[in-house]
Amino acid sequence: MKWLGLTPFALYVLIFLAVPSVLAIGTGFFGADGSFTLDNFATLTDPIVLGSFWASIWISALTATVGAVLGGLLSFALTGAKPGGVLRRVIDSASSVLAQFGGVMLAFAFIATIGIQGLVTVTLRDSFGIDIFADGVWLYQLPGLVLPYLYFQVPLMVIVFLPAMEGLRREWAEASATLGGGAYTYWRRIAGPILAPSFLGALLLLFANAFSSYATAAALISQGAQIVPLQIRSALIAETGASRANTAGALALGMLLVMLVVMLGYSALQRRAARWQR
Amino acid sequence: MSARKIQKAPAAAVSGQPPAWLRRTILIVICGVFLVPLLAMFEFTLRQQGGGYGLEHWAALVDPENSRMYRNLVKGIGNSLLLAAITIAIVWLLFLPTIVLVHLQFPRLSRVFELLTVLPIAIPAIVLVVGLAPLYRIIVQMLGGHIWTLALAYGILVLPFAYRAIVSELEGMGAKTLVEAARSLGASWFTVLWRVIVPGVRRGLTSATLITAAVVLGEFTVSSLLNRVTMQVALVEVSKSDPYAAVITSLLSLVIVFALLFIFASIRPRGQRRLRSAAGNVSTTTAATATAAATATATQKEVGANG
Repeated sequence: MKWLGLTPFALYVLIFLAVPSVLAIGTGFFGADGSFTLDNFATLTDPIVLGSFWASIWISALTATVGAVLGGLLSFALTGAKPGGVLRRVIDSASSVLAQFGGVMLAFAFIATIGIQGLVTVTLRDSFGIDIFADGVWLYQLPGLVLPYLYFQVPLMVIVFLPAMEGLRREWAEASATLGGGAYTYWRRIAGPILAPSFLGALLLLFANAFSSYATAAALISQGAQIVPLQIRSALIAETGASRANTAGALALGMLLVMLVVMLGYSALQRRAARWQR
Repeated sequence: MSARKIQKAPAAAVSGQPPAWLRRTILIVICGVFLVPLLAMFEFTLRQQGGGYGLEHWAALVDPENSRMYRNLVKGIGNSLLLAAITIAIVWLLFLPTIVLVHLQFPRLSRVFELLTVLPIAIPAIVLVVGLAPLYRIIVQMLGGHIWTLALAYGILVLPFAYRAIVSELEGMGAKTLVEAARSLGASWFTVLWRVIVPGVRRGLTSATLITAAVVLGEFTVSSLLNRVTMQVALVEVSKSDPYAAVITSLLSLVIVFALLFIFASIRPRGQRRLRSAAGNVSTTTAATATAAATATATQKEVGANG
């Protein structure tokens, strides 16, 4: 009888999570005529598609690494701030806005900043004689994604990593100091190893975040499909017919495989990190 | 002198905290850099047609003469607000009771449940939309093409955030004992849910509601690829002909959502305030901070919704 209470939710998740996931993966295995085929996966060996996977991976790795380091530094600087103080509240709220709400709007922010007529572009050109687009306008190309991505990666790092940073017990530092350890020893031997799994876990989460991100890139890049999500876009909205939906399915499966590896690594690291968070 | 030095060095190490000058430098540099795009947006909106600065573009946005031009934008904002409201209703009426039920009645399911709520993060929205497209072709046939059906897909996108925000509060309030007490006094399940659970998880529920609103209002991937007009879709559309309107709207919504989150963060929960005022000693304060930190981890961990 009490199982009945779970049915509405179970049905909902079945229809709107399980069915679309299965359909997304499944369409890759069928041809336009509805017969089973593995032909769609040939797209994954297409040099252009391979290039977009490679581009997605390196841009995610780059922005995750830089984002983790900068966000880690920011968390480090924030550990002294009073929780619930104005500074913390401002940073927490701003991080949530940029990491969870931004998307398309962050693209506009960067068009206003380093677009052709952007504030920074114009200031650098007129006041310092530096032309950031001397080799062509890169904002609407792959390299143009790096700064907007960092703009949501660093805040996400703060959201994820700051609690781990605050989980460092005062007693551990005191014990280290009592035994004659200096600041270097403390960070090298105690705080460092304790934080390492959290840091690496956060790094993977940032990678997954950038890898699955679509909105910012879609708003910035209207020509071409340099990263996998944009490949899926062009496969989905192609006007050439239904066959491209199956290509989208094959691309989706490729993306899921990368995400699977990343998320498995994340959960392994998370388990290690949890040991110290009790 | 050397004695002072010895005293000072461990003091810095003991707290495990960085020296104040280093902290301040890092904060000022990183926050300063992060303010630049926002300032640039503001500067951009003030540029006049013939050069110089003014409120020309802000005025144009509210000018009734341009209402035709911004019709789609207004429609998109309206649609997004409607979707946010329906998605919040899904969180309150479907997710909350289910999460409570699993927590109280099926504790053995909670691991499976947790795994389930991580899936929408592990499966990117751009992948999910590949499967949502054929699904929505059927939904449109059955329920019509009205915008509200999109909220059903949005519920899945916000599930991870809603789950974490609510479940951490459930654990924190000791729901099991309270519910048993209420039940033994003869309260019905509905009374328990409404008068014991909801007040107890109020903070988590508010936080879940705010995150839901933020995610839905910022959503672009699913709506644009399913050809629905939401705020973000309309923004991209409008930016092609009138970038000023797009930047003004973006800046305003970023500021408004920031203000909402900031106000929420500023309302201190009653319990915590009592803890602090009751005992000024270190251990209580530390305990309160630790709880806050744990809650923050639980609510905001595994956030990857930047669609």
